[in-house]
Parts: sequence; structure tokens; C-alpha cells
Amino acid sequence: MAYFETLGLVKLFGGLAAVNGVSFDVNEGEICGLIGPNGSGKTTIFNLINGYFPLDKGEIYFNGNKISGLKTHKICREGIGRTFQIVKPLKRMTVLDNVLASAFLRSHTKSEAVELAEKTVSFCGMTSLKDKVAGSLPIASRKRLEITRAMATKPKLLLLDETAAGLNPVELEEAIALIKKIRDSGVTIIIVEHIMKVIMTVSDRVVAINHGMVLAEGTPEEVASHAGVIAAYLGEDYCAAG
Amino acid sequence: MKNHLGPLAFLLVLIAFPLAVRDPYYQHLMILVLMWVAIGSGWNLIAGFTGQVSFGDAAFFGTGAYTAGLLAHKLGMSAWWGLGLGGIFAVIIAFPFGWICFRLRGAYFALATLALNEVMRHTATIWESLTEGMVGILIMQTFVSKIPYYYIALAIAVVSLISVQVVMSSRWGYYFVSIREDQDAAESIGIDTHYYKMVSLCLAAYLTGLAGSLYMNYMGFIDPTIVFSLHDISIMAILVGIVGGVGTVYGPAVGAFIMVAVSEVFRTGGFGLLEKLTAATGSPVMVLVTKYIKEAHVLTFGLLVIFVILFLPNGVVGGWRKSRRSH
Repeated sequence: MAYFETLGLVKLFGGLAAVNGVSFDVNEGEICGLIGPNGSGKTTIFNLINGYFPLDKGEIYFNGNKISGLKTHKICREGIGRTFQIVKPLKRMTVLDNVLASAFLRSHTKSEAVELAEKTVSFCGMTSLKDKVAGSLPIASRKRLEITRAMATKPKLLLLDETAAGLNPVELEEAIALIKKIRDSGVTIIIVEHIMKVIMTVSDRVVAINHGMVLAEGTPEEVASHAGVIAAYLGEDYCAAG
Repeated sequence: MKNHLGPLAFLLVLIAFPLAVRDPYYQHLMILVLMWVAIGSGWNLIAGFTGQVSFGDAAFFGTGAYTAGLLAHKLGMSAWWGLGLGGIFAVIIAFPFGWICFRLRGAYFALATLALNEVMRHTATIWESLTEGMVGILIMQTFVSKIPYYYIALAIAVVSLISVQVVMSSRWGYYFVSIREDQDAAESIGIDTHYYKMVSLCLAAYLTGLAGSLYMNYMGFIDPTIVFSLHDISIMAILVGIVGGVGTVYGPAVGAFIMVAVSEVFRTGGFGLLEKLTAATGSPVMVLVTKYIKEAHVLTFGLLVIFVILFLPNGVVGGWRKSRRSH
């Protein structure tokens, strides 16, 4: 069995099948990119994985355990961390306190948690901002804070939801460097991203989604040249030419 | 330690207070202030720090008061046992309530607490075989002097403030504030939000119930409209929290002082000043003014809240901190 595996995920919103039978695997230590046009169901898949939405059908296995049906905080305890596309900083707390709140999960005492939070903050390059109130941060730092907070729960699998959206080119390079650094520290990553530069440079494998179904799967190059993917993004006309 | 010097000095003043001020009237007011410190701290814990606004603190306050009253009235025990048990019975009410109602968020939870308040008041009114209904419960007070009550109230207030301080600097405190700031984010970093909201509610209910049983012992008489009162207890608890400073440890202490003072000024017509004016001038207009002002204290509470929210959104304590930081 794969390290992380989804089997026939189905999520219905009323009559709309937002996710309709999605199955894919992720191997330990790799970065798996999840791409697809707007509304194709990428974020919904994340919400299903971390238990924010209940599944209508399907199963999710992680590290040999079935995690579908567990509550969100239990799934985090199992070792799956996530960031939110629409960032959710704990606004009236400082950056360090944000990270500290999540560092408690893997710590027995407060001093242990403070140590872990400090370490995670410096790992993610936020040391200079640690005493700032989270609500005062610009978007790039908020996105980085999302990652830092998730990392402080010591995840084995990290779900990154559009952490590069809205960043300028310099910040983009920093974000890519951070994602690679996290992978190199032994964390498996599933990343949802629209910016192709990020997907193409960091992903080991890409899964393309459209209309809540898996369209293509393979290396970044294979998926980018896949006729169905081009049609989904650019329309049928470009497909024949490509 | 430096941060504790101010409160410690203030505590010494409070310890000396009843020895310096012999007038039982002012001692009475201070006992009320100290009782409100406990209630306000409880409200602040669940609403200010955890973000689950309660409109029903009277449910816990009344439960504590009735626990003490019924122990004396039905079982012939000392009502002081209520100090130990009042808080526990308040938790017994809070637990199933929270278990069910924490599925609700924001305003819906607040409405549920309002309903709990009303359910408890009606239960106490209707269940006459247990609570004596509207007749109320009268017990003999233990002490004639107010001084013993004052020190017991002071102890309860200090315990409340210290427990909030300790809780808020621990893991629980960080979890409470995380839940207030963003429940979904809190859940996704591994916080069992339902469980920790329950912890916060039970702590708050305990402090409020404790204050309730103190009230029974001190006042000697309760009935459902007094201790399960929506505006005199539940709304007052919110005001103490908001005026003092939502989500600050010492906010409820400052808020309790201000709110008891404000409500007393109105209840007594400016400490009898208006009556003297009326008697001196003999004008019928003054008679009317006095009458209306005495009845207008709830209205004034409303104006005060508007003022505080507009000009001091972080309350007196929070606003002072902020202005100090910016200098």
C-alpha cells in the first residue's frame, strides 16, 4: 500500500459532485502537485483529506492507517498538517504565539513548546517577524506563517494550498526554496498551485484534476503535454494544435 | 515579577480597606465589586479569551446560589458548604449544555446561553417543591458584621484572577485564544476545539457558581428573579467584561469596580444627592427627574457600552495597555 492513498473520494454539494471518484497515491518523501482549473475540486480534496468536510464516499489511508472519518484535530495528530488558501492567521496573537499554539501538540511542557516554536520559526525564516502581531503581516508573510504553523505540528505529510498565490517574483523564489527545504527535511508534500513555475520546479509527480475527476497523472512534463489537460485549461481548439 | 507589583500593592490596599473604612455601606459595595470580579473573570474566560459569548451567566450564578440555599434549607447543612459545591453544581449544568450547544458557533451559541438562562429561571420558579418558587429561600446569615464576608469575597476574587492568569499562560490559554481567533485554523493545528471549549466553559461556570453561593451566604435571601436575572446578572457580567477589557486578565477587576459604582450611583440617585436637591427646591420637576434617573440605570448601561465600544474597543485595561505601548 502506498504511503498516502485516496480511494474513490466523492463529495456532493447538493446535486453537484465537487469531487467525483478521485483516487491517487503519494509516495513517502515526494512532492505531489495537484493542478486543475478553477473550481475543479482541488481545495475540496484538501478539505476531505484533513476532515474539514465529511466524505460522501471513499476512503483515505495514511501510513497504513485509515484516516477518513477521523476529526480534523485527530488527523493532524496522525501527522497531516495543512495550510489554508484563504490564510487564517490567529490575528491578535504574535507570530511566535501562533506557532507556539500549534507547537503544544508535540510538546509535554510549555518550555518544550517554546523551544520547538522558536526552532520552527527560524527553520521557516520568520525569526525577524516573530514578535509582530499576525494581523499586521503582509500576504507573503501570512502565507509563510501558515506553513510555519503547520510545520510546528511536526507533520509527516504537509498539504500546501496555493501558498505561492499573490507573491511577487522574489517572494516566489523564497517560497520555492522553503518548500524544497521542507521536503529535504523528510516531509512528504501535496501541493495545490496555479503558478506553473512552482508546480513544474518542485513537483516529483503531478495529478491533474478537472470536474472533480483525475484527468492525468505523471511527471510534470507528461502532465503538461497531456492533451486532456491542455483542453481543460485552454479549450479544445488549442488541443489539436498542441 | 515587576508585572505583579502593581496588583500586589493594590491587594494590600484591599486587605486594609475594611479596617480603614468602617461604614458598612461602602463595605457592602466592595463585597459586590469583589463578587463581580469573580463573575467577570469567568465570563471573560469563556467569552473574552475563548470567544464563545455567553448571555446566560445567571444560569451558573443562580445554580451556585440555589446550591448553597438548598443545602441549608432542605438538608439543614451550613450554607457555607455551597462555596465548595456551588461551583461544582454550576459545572454539572454547564457540562451537558456545552456538550450539545458547542456545535453552534458565534451568535447561535450566544442565543443558546440566553435560552439556558431562561430555562433555569423558569425551572426555579415552577419547581416549587424543590426551590420554593417565587417565595424564595431565606437563610440566617452567619455574621452580623460585613468584614468576614468581605475577606471571603476578596479571597474568591483573588483566586479567580490568579486562576485566569495561570490558565492563560498555559497550554490551555493558548488553545482558548486560538479557538477565539479562528476555530478552523485551531482544529487544523490539532486542537480539539470542542473539548477545550468545554474546559473553558466549565472553568467559567465554576467561578460564576462560586460567586453565586457567596451571594446566597452574604445576602441571606434569593428568589428566581434575583439570581437568574437576565439584566442584573447575565448582562451585567457582559458589561463588567466589556468595560474592563475583553481578553485581559485584570479587565474584569476594573470593570467590576466601574459597573458596581455606576449602577449604585443611579440606583441611589447620585448617593441621595438628587433627593436632597428635590427636598431643597421642592420642585415637582425634580421629583420626576429623580424618579426617572433611578429607573434609568439599565439604559445607562446601554449608553456606557456604546461609549466603550466606540472609544475604548479594548476596554479600560486593554485601551490603557495599547496607549502605553504606542508611546
